[in-house]
Amino acid sequence: MALDVGYDVVQVTLLSLYVSGCATFLGSIIGIPLGARIGLREFGGKGLLKTVTYTMYGFPPVISGLVIYYLLSRAGPLGSLGLLFTPTAMILAEMLLVIPLVTGITISSVSEVDRTVKDTITSLGTTRRQRELTVMREAWVGIVMAVMIGFGRCIAEVGAAYMVGGNIQGETRVLTTAIMMETRLGKFDYAVGLGIILLGVAMAVFLFLRYLQEKEIL
Amino acid sequence: MTSLVVLEKVTKRYGDVTAVRRVDLEVREGEVFGIVGPSGAGKSTLLRLVDLLEPADEGKVSVLDTNTDPASTQASAVRRQIGMVQQKPVVLNRSVANNLAYGLMIRGWEEDRIKSAVDRELGKLGLEERRGKNARTLSGGEMQRVSFSRSTIYSPRLLLLDEFAANLDPANVALLEGMVKGFMEEDRSRAVILVTHNLFQAKRTCDRLALMWNGEIVETADANRFFESPEDQRTAGFVRGELVY
Repeated sequence: MALDVGYDVVQVTLLSLYVSGCATFLGSIIGIPLGARIGLREFGGKGLLKTVTYTMYGFPPVISGLVIYYLLSRAGPLGSLGLLFTPTAMILAEMLLVIPLVTGITISSVSEVDRTVKDTITSLGTTRRQRELTVMREAWVGIVMAVMIGFGRCIAEVGAAYMVGGNIQGETRVLTTAIMMETRLGKFDYAVGLGIILLGVAMAVFLFLRYLQEKEIL
Repeated sequence: MTSLVVLEKVTKRYGDVTAVRRVDLEVREGEVFGIVGPSGAGKSTLLRLVDLLEPADEGKVSVLDTNTDPASTQASAVRRQIGMVQQKPVVLNRSVANNLAYGLMIRGWEEDRIKSAVDRELGKLGLEERRGKNARTLSGGEMQRVSFSRSTIYSPRLLLLDEFAANLDPANVALLEGMVKGFMEEDRSRAVILVTHNLFQAKRTCDRLALMWNGEIVETADANRFFESPEDQRTAGFVRGELVY
């Protein structure tokens, strides 16, 4: 690698993709069905739940990091698992940030499907599960967008990753924590180089997902 | 003759507005029953009640011998014997063939059976070569014909048509009316309820008619009598074209 920072930038980049990808995946498999249920079913307190979800868009990463840190610290309820300062801890902290985003955008996407389309799906004799899955498919562009935005939040995240990951070389160092470290050490050219790599990686992932969407693979 | 739809003193309100008021109605097998009336008369609401899309506030809605709460799981079993085509052409964001197959897939038909039914419908529609195209790329008339076929491919006993040919060119109107005729000729134990404000279409298509006015059924009669010698003055005025809004 041309950027001679004293550690393996490829490994750091791949770890960034791994942590962000896993966090987005886990956040999405929770957030998409949750958002679809909230958006498509009627129940008491629905308005409040939507407001809470939308408010959580601004959930501070350090709070997410703090929660996971507490849970995984030696004295915490899950301390015996020994997960603190591992990529798994980073994935869990970032997943907490993804869930409200994916849930909220999924709520909006399924709610915006035209009433005539929903009525047609219902009148064809679908069961509730079939109806919800079909409406989700109609809202698929919005749901894929939710996943992309969730990934964007993860790959750019630093606070929670630093808190529960610790920026350990070869273990939990990702692009954002590396950029922070290089800046603190006054190595701005390295920090800028890593920043360019981070932007390039994010852009490549988005372009790939857009390509899949345009080809109707997603 | 068996009644497929029986409404007794049915009322539906939206807030302070009463859309349907103490309506009694009976639709029998073998007939195309027309509901005509000005905009806002409650025709579409009535159709939604019959399709179990909404519950009535008062009265009894009996469809295909069952009196079901639209919110119950049993309602989807009743809807599986009903087809509905709305005014705005509605196609799902998938291929033409998949749109036609959709109603069969949710009914758990086997793949071979679905394929042959879809091939037959595509042939009737003249859309064989566009089977793989997204249905949203079709023209308005083609979309509405796909919509119609999707609602009849599973042979429902009751077909509900809500202004299904409004805003279409005469050629597509003729094709769609032909499809209604074909649907009834296939099986005389079926029935169609056609909501329209187009009197010419009602005359061409319906066996019996009802005039709906401010949420009420004003008069029900055989098509000939409805047009030639209506009993109610409002029906007479509507038929003469004096009361169209």
